[in-house]
Amino acid sequence: MKYAGLLALPAGFFLTLAALILYPAPAPRAVFVVCGLLVEFVGLGVAVRGHMESRGGRL
Amino acid sequence: MIMPTSPLPVSLTESAFALTLALLFLAPLAIAGVALINTGLGRSRSAAQALLGNLAILTVAVLAFAILGATLAGSQPGAIGAAGLTFNLAGQPWNWVGTAPFLLTGLATSPAQAQLAVLFEFLAVALAAMLPWGSGADRLRLTAGLFIAGIIAALVFPFTAHWIWGGGWLGQLGVNFGLGKGFLDPGGAATVHALGGLGALAVVWIAGPRRGKFPKEGLSTAMPGHNAVYVLFGALLALVGWLAWNGAGSILWLHAPLSSLPVTALNTLLTAAGALAATYTVTRIRFGKPDASLCVNGWLTGLVASSASAAVLNSAQSIVVGVIAGIVTPLLVELFELALSIDDPSGAITVHGAGGLWGLLAVGLFASQPGQLVAQLVGIATLLGLVLPLFYLLFALLNRWVPFRVDSDGERIGMDLHELGGGAYPEFVIHRDESYR
Repeated sequence: MKYAGLLALPAGFFLTLAALILYPAPAPRAVFVVCGLLVEFVGLGVAVRGHMESRGGRL
Repeated sequence: MIMPTSPLPVSLTESAFALTLALLFLAPLAIAGVALINTGLGRSRSAAQALLGNLAILTVAVLAFAILGATLAGSQPGAIGAAGLTFNLAGQPWNWVGTAPFLLTGLATSPAQAQLAVLFEFLAVALAAMLPWGSGADRLRLTAGLFIAGIIAALVFPFTAHWIWGGGWLGQLGVNFGLGKGFLDPGGAATVHALGGLGALAVVWIAGPRRGKFPKEGLSTAMPGHNAVYVLFGALLALVGWLAWNGAGSILWLHAPLSSLPVTALNTLLTAAGALAATYTVTRIRFGKPDASLCVNGWLTGLVASSASAAVLNSAQSIVVGVIAGIVTPLLVELFELALSIDDPSGAITVHGAGGLWGLLAVGLFASQPGQLVAQLVGIATLLGLVLPLFYLLFALLNRWVPFRVDSDGERIGMDLHELGGGAYPEFVIHRDESYR
């Protein structure tokens, strides 16, 4: 689960890059960049949750 | 197509050169302050290893950056061959890596601006490499800490430094995509603090918590720092370093006039003061009394946020940035420890990671130029989406070869005895784990 979250992080990053390339207009570009960041936050949340689940085996 | 490019060299007046050099001589006080804070927040039986680790990590980081990192960072705009590799995509150049001369060749004859920029980067990489060490306190082996520092200094920091300071694609977002003035990070909130904080998160995830930190039943075990005086004095020492750091950064990376330095210094102080006032208030309300270590964390978060904002925002905005940083810091520290099971003795993930990201975001929120917020968001997305997983991948591979975590016996007797053969305080009784419960 942690790895799935970590994989979502670069996916969000590439979304922000895509926003720069695909959308010259400011408004859609900004929305797309924010979407990329949201994907990253979801990925971070999943990675943190994966870390918490693995906690039991470490203590 | 890959083609070399180089940012335009900017000449400094003699007085600006002398002042920037003097500021860079004071900047290591920030490193000393952070080292003292990290040591004080750890346990007494690991104090010597912690402080020696800071010194050794600084050494490895500087050497690794000299051997490889400085070439990739490529911030010698006036030197022969100093350039960046660029590919074209969607009609725009993307400068992604520097190509400065190997082993700093030609630095002595390059323009003053270039020499100061390289010195700034050396200090920056030393501080960035130290941050994960504080988070791995009391269980991270010294050898692993040194390899981590080498990876940061040789492979990760150089790319971000080039992208932001060396004429790379993040710094050029304004020119190429009309996004304000491009990604702004004059004091290293991204390249030093957010990068180091995210590295700390990867290290903590891989190394795991300290033994007994999260028992199977009940709340996490409180493991307070062993020396509040180190921590508080480190915070005061760090202020001097930060004032110098932000001033030098504004001259080097924003080409700010010398007349703007007093306001930059004042904004640094106001951000830190606002943060401390907020953390003091929050911890007093929450716990009945102000918490010394959390107050230092708040103060430091304010300083970290000021690395991005002090040279860009006005004084009122700086106070707001500091107050928000100070309110969020104790809440985040608590969230990470109690809810997310992240054992971060130095608080680097909150202070440097979250604090750095907040400062970068604040620059975008308060900026008057259109597109500046988007430029800052792209930079933040790069740190979270590229740097963090890269850290985790590199550190996970390193952990297979050089195990991060000391064995349980080493953790029980303390890192000083286990790794150095002698304690930092040989005449004092060292507490056992049971005393924390």
